[in-house]
Amino acid sequence: MASVTFHDVEKAFGTVKAVDGVNFTITEGEFVCLLGPSGCGKTTTLRLIAGLEKATGGNIQIGDLDVTHLAAKDRDIGMVFQDYALYPHMTIGENIGYPLKVRNVPTDARATRIGEVAKNLQIDKLLERRPGEISGGQQQRTSVARAVVHEPQVFLFDEPLSNLDAKLRLEARSFLKHLQREVGVTAVYVTHDQAEAMALADRIAVMNEGRIVQMAPPLEVYHRPGTTFVANFLGSPPMNLLPGKVALDGEPRFVGEAFTIPMQSHVETAVRQHLSDGAQVTVGIRPEHLDLSQDPVSGGFQGPLYALETLGPESLVTLKVGDELLTVRIFSDDAPQLADTVHAAFDPEKLHVFRENGERIPVE
Amino acid sequence: MQRRPILSLPTGALFMLPAGIFIVAFILLPFFWIAAVSFTNRTLTGRTAVNPEFVGLDNYLRLFDASRFLNSGEFGASLLITGQFVFFSAIIGQAFLGLALAWFFFNRKGWIQNTVTTIAIIAWIMPDVVVAFAWFAFLNGDGGTLNQILGFFGLPTPDWLLDLPLVSVIIFNIWRGTAFSMLLFSSALGAIPPSYLETANVVGASTWQRLRDIILPMIRSHIVTALILITLWTFNTFTPFLLTGGGPSYQTEVVSIYTYRTAFQFFRFGSGAAVGMVMMIINLGFALVYLSLLRTQRRSA
Amino acid sequence: MTRATRTPPSQAQRAARFVLGRITFYVGSSLFAAFFVLPLLWLTVAPFSTLANLDLRLPDPWSLQNFERVFENGFAIRALVQNSMIQGFGAMLLVTLTATLAAYALSRANIPGTTAITYGLVLFSSVVTGTAAMVPIFLMIVQLGLIDTHLGVILVFTGGLLPAAVFIMRDFVDSIPRSYEESAMVAGASSWRVFRDIALPIVRPGMMVVGVWAFVQVWGGFLIPFILLRDADKMPASVAIYSFYTEAGTPLITLTAAYSLLYTLPVLLLYLFVNWRYGFRFFGGIKS
Ligand SMILES: Nc1ncnc2c1ncn2[C@@H]1O[C@H](COP(=O)(O)OP(=O)(O)O)[C@@H](O)[C@H]1O
Ligand SMILES: [Mg+2]
Repeated sequence: MASVTFHDVEKAFGTVKAVDGVNFTITEGEFVCLLGPSGCGKTTTLRLIAGLEKATGGNIQIGDLDVTHLAAKDRDIGMVFQDYALYPHMTIGENIGYPLKVRNVPTDARATRIGEVAKNLQIDKLLERRPGEISGGQQQRTSVARAVVHEPQVFLFDEPLSNLDAKLRLEARSFLKHLQREVGVTAVYVTHDQAEAMALADRIAVMNEGRIVQMAPPLEVYHRPGTTFVANFLGSPPMNLLPGKVALDGEPRFVGEAFTIPMQSHVETAVRQHLSDGAQVTVGIRPEHLDLSQDPVSGGFQGPLYALETLGPESLVTLKVGDELLTVRIFSDDAPQLADTVHAAFDPEKLHVFRENGERIPVE
Repeated sequence: MQRRPILSLPTGALFMLPAGIFIVAFILLPFFWIAAVSFTNRTLTGRTAVNPEFVGLDNYLRLFDASRFLNSGEFGASLLITGQFVFFSAIIGQAFLGLALAWFFFNRKGWIQNTVTTIAIIAWIMPDVVVAFAWFAFLNGDGGTLNQILGFFGLPTPDWLLDLPLVSVIIFNIWRGTAFSMLLFSSALGAIPPSYLETANVVGASTWQRLRDIILPMIRSHIVTALILITLWTFNTFTPFLLTGGGPSYQTEVVSIYTYRTAFQFFRFGSGAAVGMVMMIINLGFALVYLSLLRTQRRSA
Repeated sequence: MTRATRTPPSQAQRAARFVLGRITFYVGSSLFAAFFVLPLLWLTVAPFSTLANLDLRLPDPWSLQNFERVFENGFAIRALVQNSMIQGFGAMLLVTLTATLAAYALSRANIPGTTAITYGLVLFSSVVTGTAAMVPIFLMIVQLGLIDTHLGVILVFTGGLLPAAVFIMRDFVDSIPRSYEESAMVAGASSWRVFRDIALPIVRPGMMVVGVWAFVQVWGGFLIPFILLRDADKMPASVAIYSFYTEAGTPLITLTAAYSLLYTLPVLLLYLFVNWRYGFRFFGGIKS
């Protein structure tokens, strides 16, 4: 078990900077998810840790060792690939035992350890089969088994659940969480699925365009997104983001094209500290913090109904506020009865405010 | 692409070395050697075997000597024969029949399609000598299979290899090589998304319209590939030699046979090399056209 | 008549069209099949006949006498089971091994200009064909003192088949995800182990296909041994058989037919094997 540290790490492919000045420290035993849209550099970051890519700048440390120029085989890492990369010509047992075999572990000890790991991952009945003869979920477990079998320093996952169907994915997710608690090894987990990251991570590193935008525990990322990008990326459906202006003349408020939101006193304090009158801002409210109301609410929203989506225990109501769409998530077993014009109120404590450049204003 | 390589550069170079040696020795070297020899009067035995003399363009001038260029058994005549052979057996015959077969059996998978395809492939992979022998028997003047059938229907029964040698060799080559274009076109047709054809069906396009408006445009690049490859192969094939030896009286002497006769019947290597040079230049033309097409295809893919 | 006013075909019309379609299909298939089968008919029955002529007729009686005569003929048998085999297997091994190494390097090492190299290979190999280059090939083999040797034939075939083999193998290696080797590297394997334990077994199907292809090419190849071998003791079946039938008076025809059948058999078996094991995957230009 070891920590992983990036100092100003860069990786360019020709003119494309896949990783652009990344700094972080992952402490021993921590489970970190790299989360971000496709192409933002998650896989490249992971491969830099593994030694499958050479950094074009900065340096990488595993534990106290500078591994920037160390070959993959000498880094003592376990990695689960997106396509599992199970060797088709080896049995499941041979696949799991391969890292031990290259470390010249004697056959007996190897068999014992393979048995142990396979049992833990509930694939001990399959050791004689070939990868082509087992299910997707079992293949996924096999590749996890192969990655843990030699008790590596760091454990890397590249979207390990993306090839499973929805139901299996949830099952496998719980299992990974359980396994990580049990093994407690430092893990870096790449995913573009925010639910997966929320469920698994001790800390989430949200990436965009080769940079880490925010790195914090899941709830922190959810409750205090550092930028509009993060706010928009986490949550389902994502946070409503509406452009507006600060108005400090008279009663302090945010004024948008089709709304006016009065500032609470603690918000006003923060806004006065960071912004001036008339500044452009983005205000954000999560759909789950909005509620429908029969009558107009002052400081709330109203607009014509745009769409109603019933999802079982909850429904999504979207209304048109000026040119913007606003989604309200309501929890109710029944489809709501809606008039042509919909009114929505929100909990003012849950308001987010971002600068024009997308940075969060700490309003709490 | 600066992906970290799985193989280091020195190891990679080492891996390439054995193949590289063979390719340099047996492909690059002959290419330059033949150019050198074609300017000499090198022979197998005698004084000019050890000390060949530089004769300049003599070998080429003799090849292209206008006074007998087109006489029977000369280079020009051989080129003309080759032109007919390539045009009728490769471009018209193999490509067209291959397309017809692929189209005919398109979406008609089953044992019948399987059988016909297999037989065509067998005709393609059997050793040259054996198919030549089989055709020698098939085309035999009296009692050969073909004439037995023609006779049964009361049709004329010529002695094919003597009376119609070039036609025989052309049909032989069509039979021999059609499997390639058939397979190429089948896989091209198979790659057309079914929805394209279904859309055409819904719109009410006739079979002919579907072929002309959808299928041919979609497999155009495959058609070009097939045409150029089979042209190259047919131009270089030596197999007619096994059926006719180039005869009777040079009537089937394609350039490959002409090269052989020039170089090895009298061991006049200088002249043989000059013919080889001309062949290579023609090959180069075809290959360059093919390569440029291949590259534009890959780029647009 | 415009399309809009066209009436849909009646039941009877549809049935008639269906029957007509079926008939066209059967007649067409039969014609195609006849075109490919008829030229081979004589060769499939003649070996079992005692009559030495080129007429197509069923043997009466069926006899294996021709095969006995082949097996009694030392020259014919040596050509088939010794010379053709040595040359075929020799070239097959050399081609497969060197092509695999080269293709692997082209695919997995950052060698600059791999695309240019690959296309250059294709270009040169289609320009420098055996027929066009027979003079320098012959002179080179004379120079190397390899005239009338198996090695000379094997080397020339290897050189000629390599470019296509590298091309096919490279396509094959490129189609294999790099994550196989990468996962082995992360697991701690050295380059050599990655190649031996992972890459080589995974590309084996490609090697089999290329190997079979190379063997079949050499087995059926005529021109190269024809110009490089004068010694009857070294001749492969392709040249031996040809010498039967030119010097032939009529009596050798049946012998040649029987011999042809024996000589073709390995090619057919290999085709069936590849077809069964890997499916006859179609590599553009696999047969040069
Ligand atoms: N081997 C490579 N060569 C060139 N560009 C690459 C390579 N690998 C990744 N990239 C580029 O780097 C960026 C980040 O890729 P990646 O790390 O795979 O993103 P993610 O895993 O977040 O989807 C992308 O723009 C991608 O196109
Ligand atoms: Mg990725």
